[in-house]
Amino acid sequence: MSYLPIQPLTTFTVVNHNLDIMKNLVILGAGTAGTMMANHLVGKLPKNEWKITIVDQYKTHYYQPGFLFLPFDIYTTKQVKKNGAKFIPKDVRYIQEKIELIVPEENKVQLEKGEELPYDILIVATGTKIAPEEIEGMKGPEWHKSVFDFYTYEGAKALRDKFREWEGGKLVVHITEMPIKCPVAPLEFAFLADSYFKNKGMRDKVDITFVTPLGGAFTKPKATQALHHLLTDKGIKEVTDFNIERVDYENNKIVDYAETEVPYDILVTVPTNMGDALIERSGMGDDLNYVPTNKATLQTEAHENIFAIGDATNLPASKAGSVAHFEAEILTENILRYIKGEPLKEEFDGHANCFIETGDGKALLIDFNYTHEPVEGTFPFPGVGPLNLLKESRMNHMGKLAFRWIYWNMLIKGIHIPFVSATMTEKGKHFEETEA
Amino acid sequence: MDKTIGQATISVDQEGYLTDFSQWDKEIGTEIAKEQGIEMTDKHWEIIDYIQDRFKAEEPLSIRGIKKSGVIDIKQFYALFPGGPLKKATMIAGIPKPKSCI
Repeated sequence: MSYLPIQPLTTFTVVNHNLDIMKNLVILGAGTAGTMMANHLVGKLPKNEWKITIVDQYKTHYYQPGFLFLPFDIYTTKQVKKNGAKFIPKDVRYIQEKIELIVPEENKVQLEKGEELPYDILIVATGTKIAPEEIEGMKGPEWHKSVFDFYTYEGAKALRDKFREWEGGKLVVHITEMPIKCPVAPLEFAFLADSYFKNKGMRDKVDITFVTPLGGAFTKPKATQALHHLLTDKGIKEVTDFNIERVDYENNKIVDYAETEVPYDILVTVPTNMGDALIERSGMGDDLNYVPTNKATLQTEAHENIFAIGDATNLPASKAGSVAHFEAEILTENILRYIKGEPLKEEFDGHANCFIETGDGKALLIDFNYTHEPVEGTFPFPGVGPLNLLKESRMNHMGKLAFRWIYWNMLIKGIHIPFVSATMTEKGKHFEETEA
Repeated sequence: MDKTIGQATISVDQEGYLTDFSQWDKEIGTEIAKEQGIEMTDKHWEIIDYIQDRFKAEEPLSIRGIKKSGVIDIKQFYALFPGGPLKKATMIAGIPKPKSCI
């Protein structure tokens, strides 16, 4: 693998304590990544030199992993949302307004009502969102009636209401195209659905099919094998290599470019994921509005004083909270280095750590990075655990549920999670081979 | 592993994708296509050229990218390379299988 060379830094004005010229660090987006960065940086940047501002148009901070549990009445609506302002440190200016444009040439951000925010350093943390309008018929008259997403609060809640009264039929869990946020979530959804309908005593009335554009259940070969067995065990059918062309909502079926058809009574789809429209408006994104970013340093490719983190980047890592968490620790250090004019640390290795709910009160845990696919082993203590990698266990499930508390109380507040390092450890894992 | 195709010996991975693009030429492409049950036409080569250009420019390949490029509509792409068009076209083009997946 080759890393891009560090770009030379331009001369940075030496901070003068006696002048009124405060420097500005602006964070766009107060989701998981942006909120974590505000919390990390507020204690590290000298208050008499740096002003930190964070902008987000939405008031509510959602616990997005909880959207998976909402349709199955495992979590309540209250457990997945809180007022975002609670998590922004008081020394950070928090602006709740829509962002109109980023103007990198002038080092400023324009807000909807006309205010301009000049910046010395900009952090883009605007995330990713679903774009169901990309596929014909998806966001049509049946949206949230028989065609659902569970990547939004509204979608997950509508699905919960539908499931409560549903009498059975064909349930299709579908991925439109890669990459998507949390690539394991659709599988978890299928597993939890199996468990949910079993508990309701109506599993025999529900036919579950998992439809994916990939050649198998997951993106990494080892995990795909393990997950394929689970799907088979649970009587969930798989349709692979399915590139959707349209949703035929009048005849309740999805159709792909090869004219393969999959009928449904309820379609639960993960629509195309795209970066924020702001990125497109500002001319800073790729085809899917993700910001081209150095995968080791998190500096954007186009502008040395703009950094990107979390789902907003084009990094070949999972779009997941754990990735944003590991990135935040490395980005914080790189921003401090950038300010001092030191070379950036090329340290981010694509580390992701994901619980996979497998239903019936059990879960798997996977730990992987850019070069190592998930394998069996123990986590976080090599040889000890208590969590098992790539094996179903009740302890892993408890870990996943405990994580909601960790998220609200530690993770987004920038408190380091003990024993879990930003880069992946290879100890206690059973590697056979590595991918290129 | 090595594979003999026509007169040439090429190195391929387990799935049959060339591991060294410099070994590729049109004859090899034609032979791989035959193995996939595809008889190459000018339209096929136009797509292969486009795919190889993207590869040389180190741009990732995806169905979406091809749709946006306007070089071919996706229905036609499926008709030319039945089954998995991107997988088959990249194999014929002598480049790695696209990693559209994380």
